[in-house]
Amino acid sequence: MDLILPDYGLLFWTALVFICLLFILTKFIWKPILSAVNAREQKIAESLELAEKTKAEMKALQAANENLLKEARAERDAIVKDAKETATKMVEEAKQAAKTEADKLMASARQAIETEKGAAIAELKTQVAAFSLEIAEKVVRGELSSDDKQKALAEKLAGDINLN
Amino acid sequence: MTAASKFKLLIFTILSLFAVNFTFANEHKGEATSHETEEEFNVGEMIMHHIKDAHEWHLWGGHDNSVSIYLPVILMDGGMKTFSSSHFYHGEHKTAVDHKTHEEISYMAGVGPAEGYALFHEKIYKMENGELSFEDGHAHNDRVNDFSITKNVMSLFFGAILILLIMGSVAKFYKKNGAVAPKGVAKFLEPIVIMVRDDIAKANIDKHKYHKYVPYLLTIFFFIWFNNLLGLIPFLPGGANLTGNISVTLFLAVCTLLVTVFSGNKNYWSHIFATPGVPVALLPIMIPIEVVGILTKPFALMVRLFANITAGHIIILALISIIFINKNMAWGGLSVPMALFISVLELLVAFLQAFLFAMLSALFIGAAVEEAHH
Repeated sequence: MDLILPDYGLLFWTALVFICLLFILTKFIWKPILSAVNAREQKIAESLELAEKTKAEMKALQAANENLLKEARAERDAIVKDAKETATKMVEEAKQAAKTEADKLMASARQAIETEKGAAIAELKTQVAAFSLEIAEKVVRGELSSDDKQKALAEKLAGDINLN
Repeated sequence: MTAASKFKLLIFTILSLFAVNFTFANEHKGEATSHETEEEFNVGEMIMHHIKDAHEWHLWGGHDNSVSIYLPVILMDGGMKTFSSSHFYHGEHKTAVDHKTHEEISYMAGVGPAEGYALFHEKIYKMENGELSFEDGHAHNDRVNDFSITKNVMSLFFGAILILLIMGSVAKFYKKNGAVAPKGVAKFLEPIVIMVRDDIAKANIDKHKYHKYVPYLLTIFFFIWFNNLLGLIPFLPGGANLTGNISVTLFLAVCTLLVTVFSGNKNYWSHIFATPGVPVALLPIMIPIEVVGILTKPFALMVRLFANITAGHIIILALISIIFINKNMAWGGLSVPMALFISVLELLVAFLQAFLFAMLSALFIGAAVEEAHH
């Protein structure tokens, strides 16, 4: 029976110790522990949130980068294409110009050659004429050096004339 | 200074505070003990002696050569009287005849400063004409208001100091390091603190109101748990059956009752005095039932803790007694493994009962502060 009857002395000491313990623990121990744990939990939650945000930001940044790169690539392609076109055009033009020039040169050269040729031919003709005359003179001189020869010539010429 | 050496210092300080009253005895305890040695080993008596409170802290030895720490006796009987309990244990051995059963009952009459008082079954009575009178095995004399530092009170102090030191070192860690990952004792105890906060308080009490009750629930949990564990240690700082004492569990249950009653909101009281959906005619029956319900909940808490812890002590003692009943060491081969098994089980029970007490307290508080759903 003693076992289930409360003892006032022990009840008093239990009350005293428990109430003191409740106050001391609450004020000096539970509060700092709980606030530290709460602060840490909040810090972790915030860090996680930040990490998530950073991740999303990184993703957006990456997408933006990708876009930028794409644009740049397209631009580059356009520029290159343009440049190629321009270059081709320029080359074409240059070619055309060169060709015209060459043609022109050729034409002028040809003309010059033609002129020179003409001049040369004329010269040659004159020379040939002069030589011919000289030769003819010499030949004639030879032919006409004796009477026999003059006669033979005259006969020959006469024969030629007849044959005509 | 490390926590361990601080703890030792504190224990020594407390011991030395009571040193005036302590007497280490290694002598005969009265004359009549000689015939007791021939008595059969009484298991029931031994167990009851161990699970009850005492005015001495028995260390070792039995009967003639027992070594005990005699704890201070504090009596409120026309002013405070303090003296060592050795004045009872080394007092005058007296016997009286029961008025009803006519059996001879022996008790210890105090000597010196304890003159006029007698110790019977660890309770202090005021003697009339220098003796106690018995009826049906109970002393009929007046009890004295006994505020002695008994074995349980000492154990209570040890428990409180242990909680303060250990939890203090945890708190110091956070004060020093701020909100960082826990290390050492903090690493071990933090999950338990968080368990009490989240699984006990937050799970049962409205999430806007639970903060207020966390310190109380933490205190009650660690108080019960540490003292349960101390009770499992079979020698000096432990061994007392503190949390298996009805006075202690009564006080803890009353605390929960008071917290519940003073936290009760309109919704709670309206469920008790005007239960919604119950016809008015039934209210005269319902109200007493609900009022009794307020009391039965903490009553169940009180009995559950008391019975569980006391039962654990009884089982271990009973298993150890097998050796002494058979008076043969070989029985240790059976009794020791069984006692070991129960001891390990008791470690679980120590935690479980602390958890349950805190859990149910939180449940009752939660019901008291709950807002109406309809």
